Amino acid sequence: MSDFLAPVFQTGFFTSAPVHTALIIGAVVAIVAGPLGLFTVMRGQSFAGEALGDIGTTGGSAAFLVGVGPLWGFLIVGVVAAAAMELIGIQRARGRDLATGIVLGASLGLAALFLYFDTTVHNTTGAAVTILFGSLFAVSTSTIPLVLTLAAVVLGVLSVIHRPLLLSTINPDLAAARGIPVRIVGASYLLALAVSVALCAITIGSLLSTALLIGPAAAALRVTKRPGVAAVLASLLGVVAIFIGIVLAYDSFDWPPHGHGWPVSFFITCMVFVLYLCSGVPAWHERRHAHTAGSPSLPKLPLLEA
Amino acid sequence: MGPPPVSLAGSSILSVAGISVQLGGRDVLTDVTVDIAAGQFVGLIGSNGAGKTTLLRVILGLLAPTAGTVRVAGSPRSRRNPLIGYVPQKFMLDPDAPLRARDLVGLGVDAHRFGIARPSRVRRALVDEMLAAVNAQAFANARVGLLSGGEQQRVLIAHALASRPRLLLMDEPLANLDLRSAHEVVSLLAGIAQEQQIAVFISAHEMNPLLGVMDQIVYLAAGRAVSGPVDAVIRSDVLSRLYGHHVDVLNVHGRVLVVASDHTPAEDHEPTAARDREHVQVIT
Repeated sequence: MSDFLAPVFQTGFFTSAPVHTALIIGAVVAIVAGPLGLFTVMRGQSFAGEALGDIGTTGGSAAFLVGVGPLWGFLIVGVVAAAAMELIGIQRARGRDLATGIVLGASLGLAALFLYFDTTVHNTTGAAVTILFGSLFAVSTSTIPLVLTLAAVVLGVLSVIHRPLLLSTINPDLAAARGIPVRIVGASYLLALAVSVALCAITIGSLLSTALLIGPAAAALRVTKRPGVAAVLASLLGVVAIFIGIVLAYDSFDWPPHGHGWPVSFFITCMVFVLYLCSGVPAWHERRHAHTAGSPSLPKLPLLEA
Repeated sequence: MGPPPVSLAGSSILSVAGISVQLGGRDVLTDVTVDIAAGQFVGLIGSNGAGKTTLLRVILGLLAPTAGTVRVAGSPRSRRNPLIGYVPQKFMLDPDAPLRARDLVGLGVDAHRFGIARPSRVRRALVDEMLAAVNAQAFANARVGLLSGGEQQRVLIAHALASRPRLLLMDEPLANLDLRSAHEVVSLLAGIAQEQQIAVFISAHEMNPLLGVMDQIVYLAAGRAVSGPVDAVIRSDVLSRLYGHHVDVLNVHGRVLVVASDHTPAEDHEPTAARDREHVQVIT
């Protein structure tokens, strides 16, 4: 590594095992979150995504009590919650938000209880912070195979349903008239979303998981008008945010207070926010020029009964 | 009971027979019969709440009728019918959606397919052909949500045409369009009907923009329909029988107006508010 990069990459960055694990898991999760988040933003289901993350807190905190990895907790509770949301009500946006809110409230109540036991009875210091805000450097290397498997499942489902899902997202009636099973496609998407949120939750915590899901996607769709490009770009922006976040968090061990690195989740969410702000520039530019481009060159059609 | 539908030459593409729909105990459609032949341009005219959207949803298979049958090109209607292209009631596309006009038309080709899309020359050529058919080449690569209402309507027509339908169903495509855009869309559709022999069935609450091009009119009022050539339907006696009270058909500067009479019969069961509105307002 050349000398001028030395202040950026601190000694030991490239040989640290926790950093390797963090880079791998962060990259895989960001790649999955990109296209999933894109659909979430387009479908106006950001609240459902946020709720699935929050509800995951219950699973994560229960996992600590039982003594299994938090990902299992996030995953199981997230998938069950998604199924419940699908069954309770999905027809109208208001019914959906209501159902989501009710499940969310009950679930967070349980999480409060589990986190209390985690910190008092089990004396697991930092459990609450790890579950709620994540701690990428603390993720066990043994989690990698499970993360890879879940990522493959989500991307597999999405590659199967992406065209019917896109049309259902644009207009459900249009899709239904084409014979697309809108309900099944929507439910498959919601399950994939639940798994993606669980993946985001182990990366930056259950409370912050939406940032990784929604942020890069929202930035990407402002930058490009092509659906495929937007999906890839969302993944890419997520990977960039996570990598920069990891580097800065590693550097922060030398920042005050000495010997205590700043939370990596802080840096990742900051980066996501900065990338989103930057995406406003091309979006503003496109809007400014949108109306001067198309309209005047319209061919003139003969008017009827003029 | 309206008059029997006028049968026209040409193969039947849509045959709606005796359709009734009850929603929540209310009769939304009562014994509606419509026959459309290949390449016909047919207007579905009626005021708001007359049952236009309900009828289109029955034809599409999105709503099961209480009674009656729908046959498309001679076969019973099925849920997935590639013979029908559809443009739903006005919806503005999300201005943020990462979707170019050409992407939306492409979804018309293969949105019902599962699995990974492989770009192909055939698909691209088909998309270009459809964009050309609606004169949308100029904004083919623009973000579709940023286009004007008329431009979006044309892209949606191209989307519907991409599955090579024989019947194009359009729900209020002229609503929210300025007069010029409405005329453009109508003459575009009339051309498509004539040149490609695609039957066009288009709902509207205002018949005047369609008067010059309709081969047939289906006039809906309170869930009942009369259909036939415009001259045979838009008459005071026919429409008065349909409405159950006297209406006048007026010709004002080349525009046809259907106006309710001043003295609505006392036995009219419509709520006062609706009746009053008919007094003041030209019906269609």
